[in-house]
Amino acid sequence: MLIAVAAIRLSDLFAVVMLFGVYSLLTAALFMDLDAVDVAFTEAAVGAGVTTVLMLSSLHLTKRWEALPRRNPVLSLIVVSVTGAALVYAVLDAPGLGDPSAPVHQHVTPRYIEQGQAEVGMPNLVTAVLASYRGYDTFGETVVIFAAGLAVMLLLGIKDDPRLRPGESAIGGDQLVLRSVTKVLIPLILLYGLYVQFHGDFGAGGGFQAGVIFATAFVLYDLVFGEGAARAVVPPGWLHRLAALGVLIYGGVGVYSLLAGRPFLDYSALADDPVHGQHLGVLLVELGVGIAVFSVVLLIFYAFAGRSRSHR
Amino acid sequence: MLTAAIIAILVTMLLALIRIFLGPTEYDRMLAANSFGTKTVLLIALAGYVLQWNSYLDVALLYALLNFVGTIAVMRFFEYRNALEGRDDPESVV
Amino acid sequence: MTAILELVSAICLLLGSVLCVTGGIGLLRMPDFFSRVHASGVTETLAAPLLLAGLALQMDWSLDLVKVAMILILVLATNPTATHAMAKATLHGGQRPLELDRDRSTGGEGASKP
Repeated sequence: MLIAVAAIRLSDLFAVVMLFGVYSLLTAALFMDLDAVDVAFTEAAVGAGVTTVLMLSSLHLTKRWEALPRRNPVLSLIVVSVTGAALVYAVLDAPGLGDPSAPVHQHVTPRYIEQGQAEVGMPNLVTAVLASYRGYDTFGETVVIFAAGLAVMLLLGIKDDPRLRPGESAIGGDQLVLRSVTKVLIPLILLYGLYVQFHGDFGAGGGFQAGVIFATAFVLYDLVFGEGAARAVVPPGWLHRLAALGVLIYGGVGVYSLLAGRPFLDYSALADDPVHGQHLGVLLVELGVGIAVFSVVLLIFYAFAGRSRSHR
Repeated sequence: MLTAAIIAILVTMLLALIRIFLGPTEYDRMLAANSFGTKTVLLIALAGYVLQWNSYLDVALLYALLNFVGTIAVMRFFEYRNALEGRDDPESVV
Repeated sequence: MTAILELVSAICLLLGSVLCVTGGIGLLRMPDFFSRVHASGVTETLAAPLLLAGLALQMDWSLDLVKVAMILILVLATNPTATHAMAKATLHGGQRPLELDRDRSTGGEGASKP
């Protein structure tokens, strides 16, 4: 909380971005302590890597120091307080945190916990709930990510800056050590991303984290080897198609179940044995999520980082 | 002994945090943030073993990679103002 | 055998912690950026493998041990690279190390190279 307060009070936005990174990883540690490993994983992957990079690149395009507010903030304060009070009043009726007599703990959760292993057949219950029991919600999330990428493409687009010089890194000095170590590190990051993608059934992991890790490898390549270097390797056109493909795979699994006569996204239609069907369904669905997340994150990075000051 | 090591890491993280707040230049803040990240990796590894967290090593491995990427990102996007003097087109140093 | 492992592990952890805290104190007390890079980069690159080795010695042979070894190698490789890149970029950006007074009567050596 100290860090959050400090982040609000500081007007040097560069320091604020780094404090956000610190805050994000403290939150990840907190999630670990609460035994929510998948969430901690995603928080670490997104908050420490991608968000820092994107915030820094947008900071690069705008001012470094926070502008002083020009209007009197009293009206905003009143609106925020009223809304906050209304929300708190609404929450007062809800069951307490961890209250064992809450309805969700009486009916839904025991069903997942007791039947999850038998019905879906994978040790990681979080992935089972995410991809199978609540597959429709996850489909919505994937579409939201796709929509975010779409919005960034429509609003910002990827400018082809003729002054970009691939191969010349913006990090000062002749960074031979950095380039050599990065060359070895990038394949390892990609390999780790693959591990996280397919290990999600057993431990922490899954499509979202894996997509972010994959994108981080390419972001690292772009940061170290110069402007537009990643763009030469993975052109934006491919990424547009890949993002759509990811969502299509996910929806395709659902439609296939429909065509097979079962409800939308019912994986037991995918194979003779329902548990095998669940495995196959979760595999395909996580693959779709991973591809979609990877493409969208990389597209957003291209949109932000490829611009120089004069091309705003 | 592990507990003592965890406390030592926490103390070091606090010292690095102070440097992030103090650091007269941004370079100091970058350095302290990188140091904070490395200590977090160690903290997650050790505390995860002691407190028996689930899949803690995966998170530690991930964070070791991301700390590196974050540090490189900060370096790339930070304007090296002094480097702009003497170059023909200052706008091209992004 | 177990007692020896425990002893070596405790020594590693102790050394690692001492180095860690020393690095942190150096980060705070050193007068300028380049000495801080030196203090923090060098000590932490040794402290991390020592602490992780101390942890590894307490584990059984398992996948976790391999992962700890991977983290150890990773930190050993990336921490010096990152601090080196930082120092080089800062130097390129125009920051210069703090120099001692040149006109001291006792010797006159000790000015750091720009």
